[in-house]
Amino acid sequence: MPVNQAALPTDILEQRSHRDARHERLFRWLLKGCALIVLAALLGAAGATLWGGREAFSTFGWHFLVSSAWDPGNDVYGALVPVYGTIATSFIALLIAVPVSFGIAVYLSEVAPAWLRTPVASAIELLAGIPSIIYGMWGLFVFAPFFANHIKPWLTSNLGNKPDDGKLSWVAEHVPFVGKLFGSDYPFGASILVAGIVLAIMIIPFISSVMREVFQTVPTRLKESAYALGSSTWEVSWDIVLPYTRSAVIGGVFLGLGRALGETMAVTFVLGNAMQLSASLLDPGTSIASTIANQFSEASGLQKSSLMALAFLLFVVTFIVLLIARLMLRQLARKEGH
Amino acid sequence: MSSPYLRRRITNALAMVLSTLATMVGLAFLAWILWETLRQGISALDLKLFTKITAYGEDGGLANAMVGSLIINFIGIAIATPIGVLAGTWLAEYADRTKLGESIRFLNDILLSAPSIVMGLFVYTIIVLPTTVLTHGSTTFSGFAGGVALALIALPVIVRTTDEMLRLVPSTLREAALSLGVPQWKLTLQILIRAARSGIITGVLLALARISGETAPLLFTAFGNNYMAINPIEKMSSLPQIIYQYANDPGDSMHALAWAGAFVITMFVLLLSLASRLILSRTKVSHD
Repeated sequence: MPVNQAALPTDILEQRSHRDARHERLFRWLLKGCALIVLAALLGAAGATLWGGREAFSTFGWHFLVSSAWDPGNDVYGALVPVYGTIATSFIALLIAVPVSFGIAVYLSEVAPAWLRTPVASAIELLAGIPSIIYGMWGLFVFAPFFANHIKPWLTSNLGNKPDDGKLSWVAEHVPFVGKLFGSDYPFGASILVAGIVLAIMIIPFISSVMREVFQTVPTRLKESAYALGSSTWEVSWDIVLPYTRSAVIGGVFLGLGRALGETMAVTFVLGNAMQLSASLLDPGTSIASTIANQFSEASGLQKSSLMALAFLLFVVTFIVLLIARLMLRQLARKEGH
Repeated sequence: MSSPYLRRRITNALAMVLSTLATMVGLAFLAWILWETLRQGISALDLKLFTKITAYGEDGGLANAMVGSLIINFIGIAIATPIGVLAGTWLAEYADRTKLGESIRFLNDILLSAPSIVMGLFVYTIIVLPTTVLTHGSTTFSGFAGGVALALIALPVIVRTTDEMLRLVPSTLREAALSLGVPQWKLTLQILIRAARSGIITGVLLALARISGETAPLLFTAFGNNYMAINPIEKMSSLPQIIYQYANDPGDSMHALAWAGAFVITMFVLLLSLASRLILSRTKVSHD
């Protein structure tokens, strides 16, 4: 039957192409659905914490943000103390981590001999892979006691307004604020300053690896022209490389800030977990993340809701910081593309 | 020598010394942290770590925490891998340069560094709370909830590496397959993902390294359990959670157990990152 023989292949082919089109559509929807889960995770996290914190927001209103009360006995809660702790520790961390990371990036891209660059860079990146709880333990058992024994006495007696021997140093007497910042009669190491230092060590590998990466995007001819005009290595780094990569460097710094703001474990161990507002960096404090970690499992009612509200604040702030970071980093990627 | 020239020389020398110093400070802290973890961890190593459970306290071990960590990490990776690979494939193959694709890629990078404790609270809200209500309180925290929380943290890592690795696959491969009449879904599943396989595995290993040290999201999801739990609907202990609990305990022998746990996690994470590096360097050679 010649007719059938001719019809069969086209029939099969048609069926097949229909089937392929159907599979193709299904496959696309499956992939798209998976990608949308990323979106759902972000929206869900914001929504869940906002919903969980609705009671706290409706009870305290805007007062929640500026109140330093945290009193489970009277069921009154305010975000100021943990917010202050989060900002203070992150700020200290940036103050230390940004110059150190810049130094590392300059060293790795301009100073170090070529054979040393890759091993040193991988070693620094290894720091980024260490889990934060290890930083926390090291901070609690090793660094905080070391700080309390060797660094803190010097700080309190030379800079603080509460020295052990009662004699105020020249700095504490004549420079405003410094005395308050370093005055403390708290005997242990755990404090806002120590938490800031541990955070700095944690975010240095993030910031320095972004800086190093973007420094490598600077066109060689730009650097070589500067060298040919007699610039020193430092002048090339500071006047050529840094301006060229400025937005991405800021992006890297914000990326580190985002990490520092949301970090829980490393901070919880070394912050002392005291619900108090103290001007001194050597006194214990608390942060948003560590307050949640410490209290959430035993909290109920309005306290739980307040913790959820804190989490919402943290999420929104880190989201904005990370948004800025990524936008800044994208600018350089665009520049590279041209 | 003129004075501005001298000043520039001195500035340069100073900057070079400081940048070298910064690198040494970074390396010194790395060495200090690793050294303490090794020293305290190895001196606390003991066979009972692997045979006894945490219910015995200072005479016990970490067996239930290790088993719990394995189960929770496995659940996390088992959920995040298919979703992450498919989502990354969509970004690289179907949505490259579309508006939605670009925004999801962008948001994925934000999710990558979002605070993990908030992810824990999110999973607490969508899994722990509903199961508590539905089972009238007989099931509250669970190893499964912990696994979901870790999956949310592993997901962006896998999405990103899959996306990047697929975009490295030469387009001639796609064109060759398409010209033979292979439908795109078959091309993606059977050719592209296979070509990028080692890169994708690297991403999964990196994600595993990332979640195996996570503590904060487990506190309100898997919660902890002093006894051996295998069933993921029960409360489940994990190494990071036990370290957190024991490190805050006043007893010295508890601290030793915490260090032993820290040592185990650190070794695991370092081995994983080493393995992923090896896989990646091997593929680079084979592509050349």
